[in-house]
Formats: sequence, C-alpha cells, structure tokens
Amino acid sequence: MAVITFLVSAIKFGMVLLFGSTGETITEKSGHLNLGLPGVMCVGTACGCIAEAMFFDMVGGRRGMEQLSFLAVLIPILATLAGGAIMGLIFSFFTVTLHANQNVTGLAMTTLGVGISDFMIASVDGYKFTAGAKFFNAHLPFADSMGQFGKLFFSYGIMVYLSIAVAIVTSFVLNKTKVGLHLRAVGENPATADAAGISVTKYRYLSTCIGCAVAGLGGLMFVMDYLNGNWEYVIDAIGWLCVALVIFTTWKPVFGIFCSIVFGAFYVTAEYVPGISLAGKEIFKMLPYLITIVVLVITSIKNKKENQPPASLGLPYFREER
Amino acid sequence: MNKQERIKKNTEPLFHITKRSNISFGRAMLIRGLAILLSVVFMSVVMFLLAKENPVTLLKSMFDGAFGTPLRIWILFSDTAILLGISLALTPAFKMKFWNCGGEGQVMVGSLTAAAMMLFVGDKVSLPVLILLTAVFSTVAGGIWGLIPSVFKAKWNTNETLFTLMMNYIAIQLVTYFLKVFGNAQGNLEPMPRFAIPKMFNGSYFLNIVLILVICIIMYVYLRSSKQGYEIAVVGESEKTAKYIGINVSKVIIRTMIISGALCGLIGFLLVANGSCSVTTTIAGGQGFTAILVSWLGKFNPLYMILTSFLVIFLQRGTSFMGEIYRLDTSMADIFIGVVLLFIIGCEFFINYKINFRKFGKGGTK
Repeated sequence: MAVITFLVSAIKFGMVLLFGSTGETITEKSGHLNLGLPGVMCVGTACGCIAEAMFFDMVGGRRGMEQLSFLAVLIPILATLAGGAIMGLIFSFFTVTLHANQNVTGLAMTTLGVGISDFMIASVDGYKFTAGAKFFNAHLPFADSMGQFGKLFFSYGIMVYLSIAVAIVTSFVLNKTKVGLHLRAVGENPATADAAGISVTKYRYLSTCIGCAVAGLGGLMFVMDYLNGNWEYVIDAIGWLCVALVIFTTWKPVFGIFCSIVFGAFYVTAEYVPGISLAGKEIFKMLPYLITIVVLVITSIKNKKENQPPASLGLPYFREER
Repeated sequence: MNKQERIKKNTEPLFHITKRSNISFGRAMLIRGLAILLSVVFMSVVMFLLAKENPVTLLKSMFDGAFGTPLRIWILFSDTAILLGISLALTPAFKMKFWNCGGEGQVMVGSLTAAAMMLFVGDKVSLPVLILLTAVFSTVAGGIWGLIPSVFKAKWNTNETLFTLMMNYIAIQLVTYFLKVFGNAQGNLEPMPRFAIPKMFNGSYFLNIVLILVICIIMYVYLRSSKQGYEIAVVGESEKTAKYIGINVSKVIIRTMIISGALCGLIGFLLVANGSCSVTTTIAGGQGFTAILVSWLGKFNPLYMILTSFLVIFLQRGTSFMGEIYRLDTSMADIFIGVVLLFIIGCEFFINYKINFRKFGKGGTK
C-alpha cells in the first residue's frame, strides 16, 4: 500500500528531526537559543560515523561479527553523544562563562562545526558507512509476518524507538521532576532562580551539553538509517529544520512526536504524489518551511501563554547586573 | 568547605567579575589584536599537527594566497567588497535589534531575478537598459523578501530570526525550481556573459569595490546623521521609548527591513551581472550568515566593518590557498574562520568585564 510506504518514510524522516528538536528544546528551556545546532549536529554525526568506521577497521571481517552487532550500534551512539556534548560545552563556555552574545556564538559554531565535520568525513574513503548501516536498519524479526500493521509500527531500526523514548523521557523530566522545574525556572527568569538557590551556570551548562548530545543523534540516524550509510552534505540544513521544528512543537517534546511526523510527511510528500514533474517536486520541498512560517505566525497572533518560548530565551545572565 | 567554614576563615572566592564601564579605544583594540594573534597561533599548532609543515611557511603561503599576484589582490578586495556589501545591508536591521538572518535568501532572490531578467528580457532590449532594469528588479525582489518577515514582526511580533531563516530555504527551493525548469540536463543554467556589465580596468572587480565603498559611506552617514538612522537607533535601544517620543515603530521596522533586503538584492544582482552571469543555489555561498558576524564584530559601524570583512576574506582566501598547496581539505578554511571568530567573540568578555583577583595575604570580605 502506497499510503503505508509514505507514512513509514515520513515517520523515519520525522524521527531524525525529533532528535534535533528534542535536543534544542532541552537547551532552550534553560534560556539558551543555540543557533549552532546545525554545526553541533554535523560534528556529532561525523564523530559517530568515524567511530563506526574505526570499529569496523578493527573487527571487520572477523568471525562472530553478528554477535558484535550490539556494539556496532552502541559505539557510534556514544561517540555522537560525546561529540555533541563537547560542542555544547564550547557553546556554553562562550555564552555562560564569557557572557557572549548567543546568536553570534551560535552562528560561529555552525561555521566551525560544518568545517570540522567536513574535515573529519574527508578522511574516510568514499563517504560510505554502509557496513554499519545494516545494524542500524535491523528491525524486529516478527515485523514482516504482521502485514501492514507490522510494517507501520515495527519495521524501523532502533533509532526510531530511541527518539520517541528520548522525547517522552525529556517531557517527563521537564514537567514532573524537581530538576525540570528548576531548569524551567532558569529559562523563565534566571535572576529569580538564582535567588532561590538554583545554580544558573550549572543548569545552563548541563542542559546545553545534554541537548547538543541528543541533537547529534538525529544526524547519526539520518546518515546511518535514513540514507543507509551514505554521507550527504545536508546535515546543516536538517539542523535548521530542527530549530524551526522546536517552534512548531511549542517547546513540548511529546507533542513534538506528532509534529515531527507531520514535518517529515511534508518533506517526503514530493516523492509520493503521482504525476508530478521533477521541477514540481522542488516546489513541494518548500512545504516544511512554509508550514513553519505559518505556525510561527499563528502562535504569535494567538499569543497564548502556554505556547510561548521561555521568557529569557536568548538573553545572557550576569548576577551583578540587575 | 561549606559556607559557614568559609565565612569563618574569611576567604573570598579566587576572583570575581565586575562590569567595566569604560575602556579606552586603544586597550580594546589591543585585546582584540591579541585575540586574533592567539587564534592564529592556535590554528598554526593545529595545522602543524595535520600538515607536518613549519608553521611559518604555512602562514607565508596564506599571505601568498591572499596577496601573491595582482590578480589575487583584485579578487581579495572584490570579495571583501561583496561581503562588506551584505554586512552593510544587514546592519540597519541589527541596529534596530531585528535579527535578520535572511541575508542569504535576500541575496539569492536578487540573483534569481537578475538571471531571470537576462534569460527572458535579455534579447529584447539594449544592454544599458537591460542592466538598469535588472538592477531595479533585483533590488525590488530583495526588498520584498525583507518586507515579508518585517510586516509580521511589526504587527504580531513574530520571531524574526526563524522567519528569515525559513525564507532562506524558500529562496533556495525557488532557485532549484528555476534551474530544473530552465537549466540544462545537469541542472545548471548556462552563463550568459553577453548580458554582463562591461568590464572596467582589470575585469569585473573595480566596479564592486567602488560601488560598495560608496554604499558604505552612505550607510555610515545614514545611520549616524539622518533622522531615520536616529529612529532606528531608538527603536533598537527601547521600543517603549520610541513609542513615547512618537516614533511609529511598525513603520520604522518595515522601512528598515525593506532597505536591508533591497541592498541584499542589489548585491545579488552584482553577483550575477558582474560575476557568474548565471545563478546557482550556492551563489551567496553562506555569506549571508558570515555577514552577520562581520557586522557584529564591527560593532555595527560601517567603517569598522571594512576591517572585519577584510579580515574574514583574507582568512578565507589565505587558508583555501594554503589548503590547496599542502593538500589539506578545503574545509580547513571554515575551521580557521570559525576558530578566529570564536576567539574574537570570546575576547569581548575581557573588554566588557574586569576580573578582580582575591588579594593574597589579607583575606576578608567587605
């Protein structure tokens, strides 16, 4: 069924975006607008891919490779998390410790991150990580026997389920725990949070690092799962889409699961509309951006209290300046 | 050590930070110079580790790449002019605290319009008329691209950063569509040099440099001495103050963004009519984003921006030349620029804040 194939494709791409938008939401909840997200995702992805390539250099071809499939997925994920977190650390060092402007720091991080990832990937022959991709694509064995239902719900690699889990956990932590409450307080009004004994510095550093680490996974999933291990230089564009998606989700990760599927659907629509010309497809590819603008405008017109960004988003905090 | 013990022992933290109210121009420049020097030293070490070459020869090849031949110097200044032009275009918006991240898209629609004009109107009118018409239409197209987000910002306070970012991607898709329809099988549009602006002196560079220097001076005067420039500054400092003294804030926002977008469109026109004579999705080459940094580093002052845009282009051309010679990847230029920019951004801390160290020997809080 064409509809199922379309939905599967939309969900796959949507979950790539979900990682990025969940990561950026975690960061933004602390009052950090990280426009370096595209760069962060590039570096995270490159770290994961290089780790995968090195892993296969070491163990590839040996017997018992099937038993190592667990590691073939885990190692790149850990490398991506580490790469993303380091970029987050650099960003927070500049914006928190050095009180630098978040917009310009973010943009410089994007330039730097894209450069670093290109440099790393150029050191690998052929930009191909197909050997590792099949471990990311591996799905549950009973999915094929369950027909359309199985295809729609169980035909994905591990990353799709991981992204949904991350979104749900993030939402729980943000809304139901003390840590989440403190984090939101820092994002809404850092001076008040500081007066209440919450360390603004600690929360901003940690949330940015964790957010960047999570966002990197989106890029890894895009290369390893969605593109079957073929590197493409479009991860920065996906990063910008994720920044936009955060607005679409109105800073709610669970609602983001739905939003990212809608976004993914718009992105892949062009491939599934019959009788469309090659040029016409390009017009269809505008849809996700147009939809973001529409959502942006609608949320600003409605101006509802619960759909607003954290009040101090993008603003620096310096204790002695009140 | 917990708090009470610390109070008992009368120790204060190792250092604390206070805001500096005024710093002399010379000292600020010294700090910035040191930051650039440090970043270059840092990158020399990195490149020494990667290329295994003497850092001095590496740096020499950078200067050679930027200034080596007269042609290279022409290109260096012409590229500087283009980047400066885009930065100048964005500056009035930034002074108004309107984060126009859409320079890339505004330049691109300008270029697209110019290419479309050449393609459809080129053979129907004489060259001077064509160039004039193209310039006007490109400027208008850029202006419209700037106008759209500003209307929503003015009316409903819609977030302009993300709106303008999205407009970039719509522009890219428009160009891709245009290329798919009118381009050849590879999706490229054949250059149409017969419709280009006639060459002056040494190729197309002279016009870029002169034109943008003129724009730079006009922009300096506009922002500093005109009534509209003053209105922009007031809206940027405080919208409430602006309303109180009777400035129509919506009007200022929309007008400024039209100027910003229109100037970007004009640069897009230059890139086509005085450059490639064709259009691609990478015609702006990320300069719309770099220009944001150039403008910010130049403190939104058009005259300083000449220096900052020159610095960025020098690094770009120098590192890419060095990369070719020593077989480093072309991405080295991006990394180099990113590092230098971050060092400069970071050094602003030492200009704006003072670090007060604990006085050793005599602890004790006031």
